[in-house]
Formats: sequence, structure tokens, C-alpha cells
Amino acid sequence: MKTVFDRPAALSDVPLHYCPGCTHGIVHRLVAETIDELGILDNTVGIAPVGCSVFAYNYFECDMIEAAHGRAPAVATGVKRTHPDTVVFTYQGDGDLAAIGTAETVHAATRGENITVIFINNCIYGMTGGQMAPTTIPGQVTTTSPYGRKRSVQGSPIRVCEMLSTLDGVALAARVTVDCPKNVNQAKKIIKKAFQNQLDKKGFSIVEVLSTCPTNWGLSPEDALQWLRDNMIPYYPLGVYKDGEALRDDAPENGQ
Amino acid sequence: MSEKVLMKGNEAIAEAAISAGCLYFFGYPITPQTEVAEYMARRLPKVGGLCLQAESEVAAINMLMGASSAGTRAMTSSSSPGISLKSEGISYIAGCDLPCLIVNVQRGGPGLGGIQPSQQDYYQATRGVGHGDLRLIVLAPSSVQEMASLTAEAFDLADTYRMPAMLLADGALGQMMEPVDFSVFPKRELPEKTWATNGTGGKRKKNIVNSLFIEPDKLEQSILARYERYARVEAEEVRFEEVMTDDADIVLVAFGITARIAKSAIAEARKAGVKAGLLRPITLWPFPKKRLSELADTAKAFLSVEMSMGQMVDDVRLAVNGKRPVSFFGRTGGMIPSVEEVTAEILKMSESL
Repeated sequence: MKTVFDRPAALSDVPLHYCPGCTHGIVHRLVAETIDELGILDNTVGIAPVGCSVFAYNYFECDMIEAAHGRAPAVATGVKRTHPDTVVFTYQGDGDLAAIGTAETVHAATRGENITVIFINNCIYGMTGGQMAPTTIPGQVTTTSPYGRKRSVQGSPIRVCEMLSTLDGVALAARVTVDCPKNVNQAKKIIKKAFQNQLDKKGFSIVEVLSTCPTNWGLSPEDALQWLRDNMIPYYPLGVYKDGEALRDDAPENGQ
Repeated sequence: MSEKVLMKGNEAIAEAAISAGCLYFFGYPITPQTEVAEYMARRLPKVGGLCLQAESEVAAINMLMGASSAGTRAMTSSSSPGISLKSEGISYIAGCDLPCLIVNVQRGGPGLGGIQPSQQDYYQATRGVGHGDLRLIVLAPSSVQEMASLTAEAFDLADTYRMPAMLLADGALGQMMEPVDFSVFPKRELPEKTWATNGTGGKRKKNIVNSLFIEPDKLEQSILARYERYARVEAEEVRFEEVMTDDADIVLVAFGITARIAKSAIAEARKAGVKAGLLRPITLWPFPKKRLSELADTAKAFLSVEMSMGQMVDDVRLAVNGKRPVSFFGRTGGMIPSVEEVTAEILKMSESL
């Protein structure tokens, strides 16, 4: 009998801890499929964040490092600069990447670090139980914006891909989602491109994946997907914001 | 290099690190240690290495964590306020059992403090850098030669015990020039870094560098295992220098630049007929507590001399453990104690012996 669907070799054969209906599982699979298809499992190093995906180091079969909250791009820089032949990716949520780690994100991007960043945006802090994120949209109720996020009080959310697309070090900045098979396929295509860019030494590549958090949004998995379509996509339009190559001089990759 | 070279302390750190095979430096400018980064920026590209200026001290220590995770000998350096910023990363590095070198060329604090030399970060280095049960190997140079030799030594100690090491210097040592001989560093047999995350190469199972243990019993086990290594460091790596302690009634305890002042002061005191000696800790952690305890059987009193309001004096008291009186003399905020001041303190103490 021909096998038509199997677990990617890069995805560990262990139960994931994610809540039912959470889209982390889909994105993990897309990253693992990409690693398999590019044949890079043996020289890939992944950096896990702090947040819901903190245990990502248990879920990928490549070497993994667990970084401090927000610092994954700096840790990735240290790995990649000392080992230019490795493939280095970070997997970070919105609090990690766009709040506490904003400086590390922006500067890794502007340096054109030749790394791949997978950015899960679900508009909320999941691990700590549903607090306001830097990407929580105006009006959204969270445990720390119980009356809804107000621009006059908590300020406006950050559109990360748009912001990073202005930087010369960025090769790819794209926003995708995984709410339906068509979009999952598109997300896979972009994630693969973000890894291929690294193999082609093109510079910093970030893929923002609009994701759901049924548990902390207080919605069923299906309603959560609909909420994503109705509220997130209008605020965070899907698309490719930059697709090219980091501006560089002639220095070799590790800056020698 | 086999002959002596006249160098600034900060530059000696950088050159010694390169000689010791450290080709990667991650840092951020801060007075009075910026010459380390500048020297690295000039030299490392010429020897196939990299000096990367980070966007912050926080990023620099995490770049170092990445480099060290991947098995690379690497370092960062800063001065007091910058070390506070690095504290988070140092805790993670300790929790992940990563070897690396962190240099602190101390200046006056708290807050922005000043830019003159100080020893106010003793507590931070020996107890308080980052959260959690952790230790750093802390080496305290007292000359430009030691800025070099202890830098090289720190890398080997870090690798041997798989833990971060700190060189705790000060702005005076960083800025002053003395002759240095780079040919005298002994080499150690070092363990292979089988734990490094630099790609499996298809030859081994994946490695994980991690400080998270969500089950408390597993976290406790990881800490107990680490403390077994710490106990080995305490048993095997204590370093100190003694000057005229054999017959000393008053033993001064001083480290770094202050030990040089203390050395002059005990000579002055002896001219005045007071038998004074000096114990200079070279490792601040592990602290030479056993030797101090032994000296408490022969000496009559101890005097800790520091450029702070008195921090190491706590360790001296713990070591002496009530056997003899322990006094403190210090200047702080970037002020350096004079030989006259310290001598006067010794003579005053001798009156009540």
C-alpha cells in the first residue's frame, strides 16, 4: 500500500502540548515538511522562544536551543555567524517577537542576518493565559485589556511585516495564514521560500502566520478561524511585503 | 609573541583572548572598557574571526549564548551598568551549562554612577548576577599581565567545568599600560563539546540547549548536577597570592588594583614595626575561604580593603567565622584608596591588638 500522508522526519514523534484547535501544530508541520524537502535536517539549528511554543525544542528533530523571552534572533545571530553553514530558524510568538524582543527582531533584520524567522501572530499572550499582545487589535478584549484595547490607552498594534519591509537587510517579509487548505498551501510555499532564501544567502526572511487561540479567545476552533478571517485579516492583510535580497557589500557572510 | 609588549589592560584582554583561540566577540560600547571591542574590531577580521557590535548589551550576551551553544569559544565585555543588562542572559547561559567569558571592567555605581574605577560589583559577580541558583568562576586580575593570563585561563576553566567565567577588572586596570608577555599561558586538556548545537551532521541524535525544566524534581536534579561541578571548582580551582602572611598579626585582604595599594601599605606598616601581611584572592569565586580560616589561627586581625562600601568583607567574615575581628576600609564612587590611608588604618588597628 502506498503511503500518501505521514509525519515529516523533521517532526518529532511525540504528543504536542498545544490546545485543541490551535494552529501551532499546522505551522510546526509546515516547517518540518520544508526541512525534509530541502534535505537540511542534519545542519539545521532551531531556536525556540518563550510563550506557547516554548517546548518547540521537543518537537523538531534538528538541534534546538531554548532562548530567553524575545532574544531568539540574537541567539540565532550567534549561531549563524559562527557557523555560516548551518540553517538557523527561530520560531516566535507575537509577545516574544514584537514586544519584549522588538529590538532583537529589528536589528537582526536590519543587519540582514541570513536566518529564517517564523512569527506566530495570534493577537494574544497564550501561555500566560490571554493577556494583551503588541498585536492585539483595537477593541479586542483580553485579561489585561478587559474593556477592549483602546488606542488612547494601550496604543495601536504593530504590523510587523510592513515595518520590517522598510529595512535594507530584509529579503522576505510575508504574511500568511492557515485558516483553510488553500491558505495552508500558500503558507507552505512562503515558508519554504524563507528557508530557500537562507540557502541562497539572501538575508533576513520572516514569515508571519496569522494564527488562532481558541482557548484564550473563548471561541470554538471553528469560530476562532472565522474570527481570524473577520477581524485579523482586515487589520493584518495577507501578502508579500518584501521579496528580494538584503543589501550587502562584498564581505563574506560572517563579516570577515 | 615571546617578548614583552607595552599595552593597555583592555587591549591585553583582547589580545590574550585571540591568543587563546577566541575568534568571536559580541559587545556594545561602554566606558571604561571600549578598547576591548575596538581592539577586537581591528584584529579579529585579520585572523578569520568576527567582532559584532550588538544593538544592546542584552543582544550581545544572547549572541554570545548562540555562539557558545554552537560550541564556539567566544566572549563579551562590558562595564558595570552593561553587566546589569547582561544579567538575564548570564542566568540563561549558566542554566544551559554554556562555557564563555564575560569581562566586567568595573566603574562606579549605582545607576549611571561614574566612569572611574570601582569594585562595587563584587556582590553582583560572586552572588547576584542573574536570577536563580548559579555561580560564575570569577577571576580578579591585579596587573595588565594578569588581565592577559587570567583571560586565557578563564576560557579554559569555563570549558573544563562547562560554565560561564567572568574576568572582574576595573577601570584603572583597563586603562593603565604595563608590559605583557603573551608566551606564558599554559594549555589545558579540554573536554570535547559533544553537547553543542551546530547541526547533527546526521551522525548523532539532536542536541538541545535549554534551561527549562517544567517538572520541579527534574529542575532540582539539573541544579544538583551543576552544583556537583561547582563543588569540584571549589575544591580544585581556588587561586590566591600571599605576601608576608607567615608572621603577620594583621592580614589585609584585597583583590585587583586595591591589592597593589595594600601591598605597599603592608610594607609601610612593617617599617613602622607592625607585622602586616596580605592575602590577595585571584579567584573571587571560588573564594579562598579555607586559607583565610587557617590564617585566622595565626593572625590576630583582618582588614578587607576594597573600592566599595564593603562587599568582599562579608566573605572574609564568613571565612574567619568569628575567630578574629575583621575590619573594613574602602573608598567608593571611583575614588582610589591611597597607600597612606590604608597604612594609617593598619597602624590604628595595631593599637588595639
